[in-house]
Amino acid sequence: MTTMADTLGPPRASVGMLGWLRKNLFSTWYNSVLTIVSLWLIYTVVGQLLVWAFTTARWEVITANLRLFMVGPFPPEQVWRVWFVLCIVSVMMGLSAGVFGGTMRTFAVWLAASYATLIVLDLIAEQGRPFADFSRRVAEGGAGQFWVALPGVVWLAANLALLALSWISGRGRAKWRARIIFAWLGSFFVTVALLQGYGRGTWLPEIGTNLWGGLLLTFMLSVVSIVVSFPLGVLLALGRRSQLPAIKIFSVLYIELVRGVPLVTILYMTQIMLPLFLPGQLRIDNVTRAMAGMTLFTAAYMAENVRGGLQAIPTGQIEAAHAVGLNDALTTLLIVLPQALRMVIPATVGLFISLFKDTTLAVIVALLELLGVGRSVLAQSEFLGLQMEVYIFIAAIFFVFSYAMSFASYRVEEALGVGKR
Amino acid sequence: MEVGMVSGIRDMIVAKEVHKWFDRLHVLKGVSLTVKSGEVVVVFGPSGSGKSTFIRTINRLEEHQRGTIIVDGIELTNDIRNIAAIRREIGMVFQQFNLFPHLTVIQNIALAPMWVRRWSREQSEQIAMDLLRRVGIPEQAHKYPAQLSGGQQQRVAIARALAMQPKIMLFDEPTSALDPEMIKEVLDVMTQLAKSGMTMICVTHEMGFANAVANRMVFMDGGQIIEEGTPEQIFKNPQQDRTKLFLSQILH
Repeated sequence: MTTMADTLGPPRASVGMLGWLRKNLFSTWYNSVLTIVSLWLIYTVVGQLLVWAFTTARWEVITANLRLFMVGPFPPEQVWRVWFVLCIVSVMMGLSAGVFGGTMRTFAVWLAASYATLIVLDLIAEQGRPFADFSRRVAEGGAGQFWVALPGVVWLAANLALLALSWISGRGRAKWRARIIFAWLGSFFVTVALLQGYGRGTWLPEIGTNLWGGLLLTFMLSVVSIVVSFPLGVLLALGRRSQLPAIKIFSVLYIELVRGVPLVTILYMTQIMLPLFLPGQLRIDNVTRAMAGMTLFTAAYMAENVRGGLQAIPTGQIEAAHAVGLNDALTTLLIVLPQALRMVIPATVGLFISLFKDTTLAVIVALLELLGVGRSVLAQSEFLGLQMEVYIFIAAIFFVFSYAMSFASYRVEEALGVGKR
Repeated sequence: MEVGMVSGIRDMIVAKEVHKWFDRLHVLKGVSLTVKSGEVVVVFGPSGSGKSTFIRTINRLEEHQRGTIIVDGIELTNDIRNIAAIRREIGMVFQQFNLFPHLTVIQNIALAPMWVRRWSREQSEQIAMDLLRRVGIPEQAHKYPAQLSGGQQQRVAIARALAMQPKIMLFDEPTSALDPEMIKEVLDVMTQLAKSGMTMICVTHEMGFANAVANRMVFMDGGQIIEEGTPEQIFKNPQQDRTKLFLSQILH
């Protein structure tokens, strides 16, 4: 009679952390050598970088010019308007998180975490005494200076609080969904109005867009270009597939011409040619011209992305839609586009991330966005030679937001079940 | 009114001398067929015989170049209003199901009633649930098509076609893409539908189903109708040689 063999545990060195290390890093002799060499490289490079960052680096170039980096030549007394815009964004994010839940909630959590991190960093930078400057300026300038001198920490804390409060008030109110979407649209216009202002000497004096700069300008350029180029690109892609010759030819010409030239030349052209096309009285400022150029540029690439998605829809889908009585417009809207757009999310978000970083080209048309501000900061005599600090800081900002977009796209894909159904 | 019931017997589909070319390839060579209301017609034949193409011309998924097709008194021309009116009266079930993958089962079925007939969401979803119960899978309402088996997906496709309350149902090889054990559940639904008085044209190889349910069987080969008759006539007494040959090949 056979006896059952004893059930033994696996050998210690083949499971868990030890097992993973053995299998992936130290499986053969050359892998082990490579692992050791890589570890040493990482240690020296990253180690050096960290040592530099915490000792010899002179970060005061950043802290002293933080306002410039964030809003450029925006008048310092009016910066409270930019903070207010951020408050609007926080409120909308909180509401969206509450009403929609799911992915929006993840984004809101990350936003809250970022605020908290920034508050901590700010307190460290101000060495725990953020109100020193504030009390002095209010004492000197009177009550009028209150909003102007309010330290960033307070604004950040207020934003965090607004985010939390609007989140709580939005919870469970699924009926607000449509209203929230309109509210996002509305808040964009409110933002522009708030930043532009009106008249002179009013409580909201007019500020020309030529004074917008830094991260604020980078955001405005990117957000407008992304939001407008998306529907434009979809329309162009549909136009290219249209049966009507006029629409088709126009779409093809537009896409091929715009894709054939560098973004820089388009920015130049919109600077010089746009005023020629418009009636004499209508003058468009620099920033709007740059937005137009970037939007038109991105729309052409977007169109080709979407066209790829449209091509991948099986004809059976369209036949089924027609068989059930949907006309061409409804078929496209309800059946084809939802599937096609889901498919091209990775390519589209890649395009948006490129666009976000391409805003640095606006320096060519005399706009001081983030990179432009960095270079002008470096030109100041007391900050000569601090390229490393400035460029690493700018790179870090670009990385944070680009990764945020990338992460957001991954979450959206999960929420929509892309690739699973 | 029950789905599919038509008041009075009349000619639902009248196809006269229908010709179709794909570029230079002549695929339908003068097909004439009349289907009365409540009739179940099974079209069978070798692959490439034009049977799928023919039924697809009836709801204009394919365009015919010569001949006339009249569906419930409406002639099928290039006029989009005619086409839309005809498509509203016809439900179609495809070999590859063609369910909309980004919508749940109940959304798949309720889509057309909401957007084409413009009924409210509640009403459309009520109709959808009733149809799901009728095809036997009400518990799958909130799943996505990818989560269902082939047989369940095809039953959802049948429910989706029925949601528009069509007068005619077209089936284009509905069980050809199914595993054998799932064929029966779909054929049962189709049999039930036939017994309730729906006008049906089925392109299929399921001879058992044809024998049990069809009023008339039509054998097509090379773009033409070779022979027509009741199942009894076709199976017991095929007249044409080509019919005899084909039947011997599939009834083994």
